[in-house]
Amino acid sequence: MASKFINITLKIWRQKNSKAKGALETYTLNDVSTDSSFLEMLDQLNEQLINEKQSPIAFDHDCREGICGMCSLYINGRAHGPDTGITTCQLHMRMFKDGDTIYVEPWRSRAFPIIKDLMVDRSAFDRIQQAGGFVSVNTSGRTMDANAIPIPKADADKAFEAAACIGCGACVASCKNGSAMLFVGAKVSQYALLPQGKVEATDRVLNMVRQMDEEGFGNCTNTGACEIECPKGISIENIARMNREFLKGALTKA
Amino acid sequence: MSKLNSRIPEGPIAEKWTNHKNHMKLVAPNNRPKIDVIVVGTGLAGASAAASLGEMGYNVKAFCFQDSPRRAHSIAAQGGINAAKNYQNDGDSVYRLFYDTIKGGDYRAREANVHRLAEVSGNIIDQCVAQGVPFAREYGGLLDNRSFGGTQVQRTFYAAGQTGQQLLLGAYSALSRQIGLGRVKMYHRHEMMDLVKIDGKARGIIARNLVTGELERHSAHAVVIASGGYGNVYFLSTNAMGSNVSAAWKVHKRGALFANPCYVQIHPTCVPVHGTNQSKLTLMSESLRNSGRIWVPKKKEDAEAIRAGKLKPTQIAEEDRDYYLERRYPAFGNLVPRDVASRAAKERCDAGYGIEANDTNEGVYLDFASEIKSKGKQAAYALGDHDPSEERMIELGKKWIEEKYGNLFQMYQKITDENPYETPMKIYPAVHYTMGGVWVDYNLQSTIEGCFVTGEANFSDHGANRLGASALMQGLADGYFVLPYTVSDYLANEIRTGKIATDSPEFDAAENEVKETIDRFLNNNGSKSVDHFHKRLGLIMWNKVGMGRSEQGLKQAIEEIGLLREEFYKDVYVPGSSDEMNPELEKVMRVADLIELGQLMAVDALHREESCGGHFREEHQDSEGETLRDDENFKYVGAWEYNGSDSKQSTLHKEDLNYEFIKIAARNYK
Repeated sequence: MASKFINITLKIWRQKNSKAKGALETYTLNDVSTDSSFLEMLDQLNEQLINEKQSPIAFDHDCREGICGMCSLYINGRAHGPDTGITTCQLHMRMFKDGDTIYVEPWRSRAFPIIKDLMVDRSAFDRIQQAGGFVSVNTSGRTMDANAIPIPKADADKAFEAAACIGCGACVASCKNGSAMLFVGAKVSQYALLPQGKVEATDRVLNMVRQMDEEGFGNCTNTGACEIECPKGISIENIARMNREFLKGALTKA
Repeated sequence: MSKLNSRIPEGPIAEKWTNHKNHMKLVAPNNRPKIDVIVVGTGLAGASAAASLGEMGYNVKAFCFQDSPRRAHSIAAQGGINAAKNYQNDGDSVYRLFYDTIKGGDYRAREANVHRLAEVSGNIIDQCVAQGVPFAREYGGLLDNRSFGGTQVQRTFYAAGQTGQQLLLGAYSALSRQIGLGRVKMYHRHEMMDLVKIDGKARGIIARNLVTGELERHSAHAVVIASGGYGNVYFLSTNAMGSNVSAAWKVHKRGALFANPCYVQIHPTCVPVHGTNQSKLTLMSESLRNSGRIWVPKKKEDAEAIRAGKLKPTQIAEEDRDYYLERRYPAFGNLVPRDVASRAAKERCDAGYGIEANDTNEGVYLDFASEIKSKGKQAAYALGDHDPSEERMIELGKKWIEEKYGNLFQMYQKITDENPYETPMKIYPAVHYTMGGVWVDYNLQSTIEGCFVTGEANFSDHGANRLGASALMQGLADGYFVLPYTVSDYLANEIRTGKIATDSPEFDAAENEVKETIDRFLNNNGSKSVDHFHKRLGLIMWNKVGMGRSEQGLKQAIEEIGLLREEFYKDVYVPGSSDEMNPELEKVMRVADLIELGQLMAVDALHREESCGGHFREEHQDSEGETLRDDENFKYVGAWEYNGSDSKQSTLHKEDLNYEFIKIAARNYK
């Protein structure tokens, strides 16, 4: 890799805690390797801030390989920044030019309150999952042999594609309505497509949607921004499938 | 001298677990809600344990430092999970999985634990499928398998290159169900700060709410530690940024022995280091070795030309490539175990054949060109084209590769800006997994009563080297199928205890100690960041306690880490306060523990005068560079007792390993 070094200006959202008022602050950072990831660039900025005895920027991150879903960030007006099919931790500085000004904001959504700086609280997603995102089977291991029910490869593949969701919340942050329907649709679809999930499919979709509404997420108006910004390419077909399941459930349960 | 009772049940190996289960004590369903259990960590081991114990009816509190239990680093496991199902009819069995694991661990694991693991492995797959885990399937609708290192059968179940994610989401769904039912209370963004012991028993923890900074007291009748491994002692590793040893280390400081700390797995296929600001290394799954061939140029001048950018790997003729694993280990080829593959890469790079233009010229190729062609040809035949052109084969072959490994290829491309469909991947070994951990007996209980340790945090199943796709198997086996029995057996004596108060002197003392440590760091007013010290620790560890270890290097490491510790306490600077979200404060507490652990790893490596698995002492190798074990003197688990922050003072205890069912032999993959 032929690394280059660039100098950049950053406009970063700073907010002391959930109650404080926040503002964009300006920082300059020199000698950023274009082989660095975006988060390594933030590490470098934090190291600089710490050496100057200033308060470092708080941001969520963990695996740094695009799978844990913990990193977030709205970068230059896009969830996970100006590349597609990746999370912020997989975004590399080679996507930026020397002299660029980069805007970094937290996810913006009523259902994701800010904890500090760029960190938000996404526990609403956990509560939706707790409302029905599972198969009610106990963990004894004594169910039936794993190969007892053949599942058509196409169905298994589709379920897997839906299950690839990492729960980062980019869909919510990108949606003008703050809707979580791509996230919920993906989970509902994964189970609805598999024979193991079909048994309680109706209760699941009704319960998850109820919780989603209680958390304050908006509705879907088919803009499709979520699908474009989703780092895992989750399809909005899953929203259609969830709507179908929901209607079916609402009609038969009521 | 030994204080260690491994509590291995009597009887033939295949009957031990069944007999043991039949004779363990039970807790009646009406008593279970009166009993509290704490589970620290929500990866595969922790989430499965918390879900299972909650489902049984115990009152469970689960803790994770991440913003959600679903983020635990099990999520990043890529390639697969082993199970002795023998669906492929290629000679697999419980015995074979047991044997491969013992041999893979270089005869340094406990037979009884490993056999139990192999026994329950099949149920894991049944369980996961029942939970809706979307494993890869064949066109007939049945589950697909692939091969992993150190085996000659296909027993690995997978979900593309995201098996860990799918399994963890399965365990997380089971956990979520219990949280929804109110049987598990989840504390996310909480970190365990200390273990509270009362009358010698584990009775609770001090936790810090990472959002508010508040210290909290939580009591319980048993504590399960499932906090993962300690690879981040090297700073650069494939672990997540937050992965740490602190929960396990706190238990160690309270009296639990820490076993085999020097057994570290360096994974052969990771993206090579690229620069000084790098924060972590990224794994390229072992499953890629099913399809990729590892090589370096045969001629040094070719390697030099590649590093200088004057030659491309695709320009090197077939006869000028050294497929060194196929050359040295024809029986297993590219699928030798990880420790063997890593050392072989280091050997070639040390000899001057490395192809990466980084500071150390460390890198080798993982090449998919032959697989692309052969799979493309198969695909063409399946489509009725029995005379496909070269382009057609390559086109179809790339499609096949994309379906199997698409996410890995994309990850690689994003990191390196090179297209691995067109040019071979560059890879090099990196720290990945730690076989050592808190010493536990057959019941997974540490030397502290009521404190159980599971998953990567314990030492139990992988000996000196873990086989690929076995960590997921162990985590889920322990959590779903072992702990529910063994923890209940322990809790049967607790039904009359009643709620444990948190206002006791023991809780006071533990909380005060945590407070003092926090205040000390915040008021230190040093001049260097936490990362500064962590990186220096990592360099010492990688250079002297890494892939090759020598007496001289280890002695230096022990001294250097001792000095680093002193400097760290004098000069580390931590901004902010204790009553807010403060990531630097979280880090400093973790690095303090990693420094003590790092020194203990060097002490352990120095004392173990042999080479085995991931522990390679340069003084102990044969003429071909293979490991030389010393079974006469070192066929034991080395478990260390804490005697203060200077790990040179730790006391060694030994658990002898008896091989009654497998004949101990030199490990041979040739």
